[in-house]
Amino acid sequence: MSIAITTQFICFIVLSLVVIIGALGVVLLESIVYSAFLLGGVFMSVAGLYLLLNASFVAAAQVLVYVGAVNVLIIFAIMLVNKKEDLKPINDIKSRRVISTSICLTLLSLLIRVDLTNVWSLSSPQSSIGDESTIRIGEHLFSDYLLPFEVASVLLLMAMIGAIVLARRDVMSKDISTGLPVDQELIEKSSEPLLTNKN
Amino acid sequence: MNLESIPLQAFLIVSSALFCIGIWGLLNSRNAVRVLMSIELMLNAVNINLMAFSSYVDNNLIQGQVFTIFVITVAAAEAAVGLAILLSLYRNRVTVDMESFNLLKW
Repeated sequence: MSIAITTQFICFIVLSLVVIIGALGVVLLESIVYSAFLLGGVFMSVAGLYLLLNASFVAAAQVLVYVGAVNVLIIFAIMLVNKKEDLKPINDIKSRRVISTSICLTLLSLLIRVDLTNVWSLSSPQSSIGDESTIRIGEHLFSDYLLPFEVASVLLLMAMIGAIVLARRDVMSKDISTGLPVDQELIEKSSEPLLTNKN
Repeated sequence: MNLESIPLQAFLIVSSALFCIGIWGLLNSRNAVRVLMSIELMLNAVNINLMAFSSYVDNNLIQGQVFTIFVITVAAAEAAVGLAILLSLYRNRVTVDMESFNLLKW
């Protein structure tokens, strides 16, 4: 990378702060819409971190797939299911929070300890291929990673068909089990919901 | 302190923190959409790890970048299927509260 080292440090610190604070906002904010937009910011900063690591192709793929597809999909889902509802209070929420937070902090300290104490066998930076990484990725995808590449395309096809089957409304005019006409709204108000508590 | 480049450990610490935030959100969210967002955060933490190792340890044969491409593919498929499941759940239960999805509990 041809940027001065001081600039790289400043970029890294800013991007890391945006990633960490944005991720905290995603899990902590009350409004789910703010969380979704902050998630887009986190994805963009992660793409910036990839650029600092000399990986322009993966950064572009990150922006296209995560910000362009996954985040938009999440925002659509929020718009479809965003109903104001008062959640039932959980009686042992305090102890649950304490236990989960302590588990996460323990895991974080463990991971940071491993990161800092392990001796990584770093390769010499002179052999870095830099801008040729896109060419190298293409060679990998069509030689030694050809089978995973094709399997990934089959996986995407299966996910697409599965998502359509799961999310579509009923195309039949009558319900099979009850014989009643099917409500074509997003929420089936007239019929008894299929999965209700039996208590 | 005179460094030639950003140390590998800095990237690893950022990705560890992101992963733990994702786990916290996964355990504590009551909105099912937020659970999916936490899973995306965890996948991104794994991707940062893979990219850092591919750049610092294996910077000639960048196999980590190829793995990241595959992880991004799987994450896209996971988000599509997860949100479809969420929509069909919402149609049947009229809520996205994780505490009410307990039909398989006992």
